[in-house]
Amino acid sequence: MSEKAIHVEEHRDDEASKLGMWLFIFTELLLFGGLFLVYSIFRAQYPTAFHQSSLELSVTIGAINTVILLFSSMTIAMALTAIQKNDQKRALIFIGITLFCAAAFLVNKYFEWGHKIEHGLYPGSALMPLLDRGHLLYFSLYFFMTGLHALHIIIGMTLLIVCLFKVKSKNINDHDYVLLENGALYWHLVDLIWIFLFPLMYLIS
Amino acid sequence: MANNTTHTIEYKTLSKILLVLLFLTFLTISVTSFHLGPFTVTVALLIAGLKSFLVLSNFMHLKYESLLLRILVAMVFVLFVVIVLITFIDYAYR
Repeated sequence: MSEKAIHVEEHRDDEASKLGMWLFIFTELLLFGGLFLVYSIFRAQYPTAFHQSSLELSVTIGAINTVILLFSSMTIAMALTAIQKNDQKRALIFIGITLFCAAAFLVNKYFEWGHKIEHGLYPGSALMPLLDRGHLLYFSLYFFMTGLHALHIIIGMTLLIVCLFKVKSKNINDHDYVLLENGALYWHLVDLIWIFLFPLMYLIS
Repeated sequence: MANNTTHTIEYKTLSKILLVLLFLTFLTISVTSFHLGPFTVTVALLIAGLKSFLVLSNFMHLKYESLLLRILVAMVFVLFVVIVLITFIDYAYR
């Protein structure tokens, strides 16, 4: 067989790659789902403590981060549209904007967490065990859930940086873009989780 | 190559979806100040559900995916709701 024949028979199954990514996303959804379940049980048991604790968070910063994530979710979807239209330059710009938004989100989170830590409020601090049970549960869940979410942001950024370089080297192109598609799916997952985290953590009345 | 089955969504459609999502975010924040009592959580969750539906169907291309995948995604959410219900029933009648 000639080299050309081998190239033609190259096996690729984009549908299966995507299904695999979705199966992984299901496990992520159930991971956060379990945490949301723990959250709702304790919120039902300590409604006033959860309300009081949530007042310590800045709704403005939370809202800004929501807007940032929704916007970045759109730009990564646009990056996929661009690559489908064989517009490499635009795809690079859109991935770049998404990465910039991701970094901005983390900077906001840094200041938000920093503010709490300055007041001695962080897991394992001397202050935490002195809080009553409702407040303690709220802040433990707050740090764990937003922390795990921030970790997902970092993983998503890594994935998108890989995509950025592959688009640049034309390994991702209008014929083969399933990696960018899966990277984008992961980024949307991060956005999806935040859509629930924001009203549940910041807006408790 | 016939391998690319993904539907292309226009920039304009994506921007419109973002505008709806931003409006819903604004709505969630303003609803909290209305003191609807126990309904505030319900309203917040309904809006969040609507937002995630928009993200799933448009940004994540589910609208154009195979029926199998759409059913699978729906089942995950059904599974989660069942788990939540069973847990709450357990807590309520303990």
